[in-house]
Amino acid sequence: MLLTVVIFLPLLAAAVLLAAPRLGGRTAIGVWVAAAAADLALIGWMWWRFDPGSGTSGVVDGLAYEVDLQWIPTVDAGYHIGVDGLSLPLLALTGVLFLACAVYSLREPDRPRTYAALFLFLQTACLGTFASLDLILFFVFFDLTIVGMYFVIAGWGHGNARRSALKFFLYTFIGSLALLIGFIGLFLGSDERTFDMVALAENPPLADSPLAGGLVLLAIGLGLAVKTPLFPFHTWLPDAHTDAPAAGSAVLAGILLKLGTYGFVRIAMPILPDAWQRWAMVAVVVGVISVLWGAFVALAQTDVKRMIAYTSVNHMGYVLLGLGAAGLVASADEGARTVATVGAMYQMVSHGLLTGALFLLSGWLWSHGHTYAFDRWGGLARPAPVFAACLAIAAFGSLGLPGFSGFIAEFQVFTGALQATPIATVIAVVGILVTAGLFLLALQRLLTGDTTAPSEVPSDGDLPARADEQLSGGDGGAATAVRPRTVTRIRDLRGHEMAAIVPLLALALVLGLLPRVLLDVLEPAAAAVVELVAR
Amino acid sequence: MTGMSGGGEAWPALLPEALLLLGAVGGLLLGLWTPQQRQWRVRLLVTAACLASAVAAAIALPEPAERVFEGTWVVDTTTGVVRLVVALGVAVLVWLAAPSVAGHPRETEAYVLMLLGALGTIGLAASGDLLLLVAAYLLASVPLYALAGFAKDSAGTEATMKYYLMGAFVGVLLLVGVAALVLASGTTGYLELADLLPEASPALLALGVLGVLAGVAFKAGAVPVHFWVPDVTAGTTPPMAAYITTIPKIGAVAAAFRLVAEPFADLPLDVPLLVAVIATASMTLGNLAAFAQTDVLRLLAYSTVSQVGYLFMVVAVAARTDLAVPALAVYLAGYAVTNIGAFAAVAAAPAARTITDWATAVGRHRWIVVSLVVCLLGLVGTPPTAVFVGKLAVFTAAWDGALAWLVVVAAINTVASLFYYLRWIAPGFAGVPATPGGAEAATGSGARTAAGTAQRTEPVPVGVLHGAAVVSVLLGLGAGSWLAFALPS
Repeated sequence: MLLTVVIFLPLLAAAVLLAAPRLGGRTAIGVWVAAAAADLALIGWMWWRFDPGSGTSGVVDGLAYEVDLQWIPTVDAGYHIGVDGLSLPLLALTGVLFLACAVYSLREPDRPRTYAALFLFLQTACLGTFASLDLILFFVFFDLTIVGMYFVIAGWGHGNARRSALKFFLYTFIGSLALLIGFIGLFLGSDERTFDMVALAENPPLADSPLAGGLVLLAIGLGLAVKTPLFPFHTWLPDAHTDAPAAGSAVLAGILLKLGTYGFVRIAMPILPDAWQRWAMVAVVVGVISVLWGAFVALAQTDVKRMIAYTSVNHMGYVLLGLGAAGLVASADEGARTVATVGAMYQMVSHGLLTGALFLLSGWLWSHGHTYAFDRWGGLARPAPVFAACLAIAAFGSLGLPGFSGFIAEFQVFTGALQATPIATVIAVVGILVTAGLFLLALQRLLTGDTTAPSEVPSDGDLPARADEQLSGGDGGAATAVRPRTVTRIRDLRGHEMAAIVPLLALALVLGLLPRVLLDVLEPAAAAVVELVAR
Repeated sequence: MTGMSGGGEAWPALLPEALLLLGAVGGLLLGLWTPQQRQWRVRLLVTAACLASAVAAAIALPEPAERVFEGTWVVDTTTGVVRLVVALGVAVLVWLAAPSVAGHPRETEAYVLMLLGALGTIGLAASGDLLLLVAAYLLASVPLYALAGFAKDSAGTEATMKYYLMGAFVGVLLLVGVAALVLASGTTGYLELADLLPEASPALLALGVLGVLAGVAFKAGAVPVHFWVPDVTAGTTPPMAAYITTIPKIGAVAAAFRLVAEPFADLPLDVPLLVAVIATASMTLGNLAAFAQTDVLRLLAYSTVSQVGYLFMVVAVAARTDLAVPALAVYLAGYAVTNIGAFAAVAAAPAARTITDWATAVGRHRWIVVSLVVCLLGLVGTPPTAVFVGKLAVFTAAWDGALAWLVVVAAINTVASLFYYLRWIAPGFAGVPATPGGAEAATGSGARTAAGTAQRTEPVPVGVLHGAAVVSVLLGLGAGSWLAFALPS
């Protein structure tokens, strides 16, 4: 019951917002912040009461806050939700990141009521996907995230937002239909004809028909790969990110991409263990290609947001490398495979926090200059020291510096995968080097040197004049500016922006220094997944 | 499965149809003695008849299946669902049509024709005999010719002409098909046909199957006999277009389902493959043709063609899987609700023909756009709407019936269809002026603010649109409970 409240509380708040047209914009955002905070508090309570168990626990047993109701009895699809060590960290991440977005959007000038309602709707969809223990329920929420994100990009994006939104919708919708076909295959292949994930994981379907199992895994893998996104299905991602509003990008990268990787851990691996083992090497290869491709293409970007978007492809590649290594049962012992799985899960949480922060920070660039181009910015460390510090911390965290969550994650992925696929792992480590280089390069371009900023705000008919542009005061300390007329506009991160970004970075630091907080929850579930895959 | 009965004791089984007929005759008589400005009385009577018929159908729904009047009239789950959906659909459509026919010299006739067409539709779904199928085909066609040209304008007349000629032509094909099947077996009842046809000559069978399927495909608006759909939809008024593209299709698909499930089940020909090809062609051509449309009615017309393709998927596997009957029931109900909603969105801004006009006309009525988005995404099959549950059930049934390739084709087509639905959604959504502050305050329910703004929208269709959107979501969310009611296991 508690879990149901957690999932639908944001939706309820969204309905309240839509039903009260007279509500002022500020009040609407206030309701959003309050709802997101309440939801996070409930998730915190769930975490507090959650018993992760020891040994192996999760996926098929040890599920907490379980609810199982009939929905479509003719195909045995139900409202089956629950929490285990795989889903709880991601539920918490969702709560944290959506609250950060709410706080960040405190001064959203453009239709704030609808904006808040859409994000609350998205939050329900994301929480629902992570909590689902039924394939159809999973698909329902999964699809609703696409719909919600489409409207966020199309309605509040900039640049060529309509086109990017359409591209995003079409791509991910193709993926979701492939997923649906895979789910139907699982249903028809199972002995008892059910969509229930727990029942399917206990008694995996299609175990005796490798061809059908492989095809179903192909459909599911295709659907999840588009969402994750993995090479070569990643091309929607940079466009969607570049044209989405900052909070939308943060949610897209921080949460929506995790739906894909979470699907691999929750559905593909436990339900199709046989096929996963057989095709694990494909996952490893695709993961390594994504790592390298994402890193090198990010290196070539001239646009901050596109660069961050491609590093997401890189980071999601590590997840796939870890999960693929977990399927190579013959060439690695159980301990190594568990470490790889834990690393992949850790990477999901870590990437959500750090990339969320990076995208929120990139929103600062847009609100001050309406451009993300590297060559229009420079020397920002002087007029905006807090922004510079946050960007530096997020970048260092993202490139995997020890002390941050990203290091724990990538270290475990490599350690776990080394035994199973030494060559792939060594190649993937190159990705770390490239990522480190590109983040340092980005910091250098943006923060050091002479202070430059876009000289004029490009006329953008779609966008209403932002409030902060009229309000821009001269507290940026622009004494050494190259072009004083514009540089006086630069002001540092404002209070609410800081309040949104700093906690994300602090959490990444905490998870980097005290990994046990998360590992205690993740490890039993990861061990359970590894055990299920090895059947 | 069948309790054969004939004669007097079978009449109660036909209560829902009798109520519709009573409504039609009563409405005609009442209209004769009613002044032109008060013809809303007829509308009330017709609505009452529809609702009474729906209640009777709902009560009869959980009853075990039976065949009455010597096996010619089948009352089972499929018939029951069609009765319910058609009766409720007509009750709504009468009100949707009201603004455009109110005060018209032939207002009563419009309502009565709508009821008679509904009766023919139910006849198509319920017939267990080829001759009855032909009679139902005519009853579901002739009133519709009149309705299509009801406005008597040039576009409507042309549409009617095309509809009528094509209907007459396909009617001949249907008769040839029936004649061939009778020649092959010497009987017209579905059950006897199912026994006798497998031994008949394949050439005769092929002719018969093709002819009969052509007849029902025409009523359903499936490729290759779909040419009338866009012209009739765009030529007539939006409410009539909603009626013509919703009501007869339901009965025709149910008729095709029964044909494939019973007389054509064990033929030496691969009937499921034939139907699967029709389904593929319908969804693909419907989608491809819809891409370039800028006229909202034509866009919806081609969308209905593609929807029929998905419906024919379940027809193809009618005899092969137990999942087919619930899949058909869910999809039919979901399609009817969602399609009526989408046409109501057009009727809400009757002056607007193109997508841009429409987006301008609804302007700030954001709730209209929200409901339209629910309906259109519903047609795509986005959860948790009714069509999503229908699509899920249809895909599952088709795969279970060994037509996995058809599922892949349908999935690709679903993605393709998203493209043109979004072409309508995007301007509707973004067309809302983005003035900060002001936009938030000015939005309200379209129905309430319609009178006060320059951008005039019709209140009744707006209400229908909102209702359809809500029902579509509720049907999807409550799929379990109403399926449990409709399909007692």
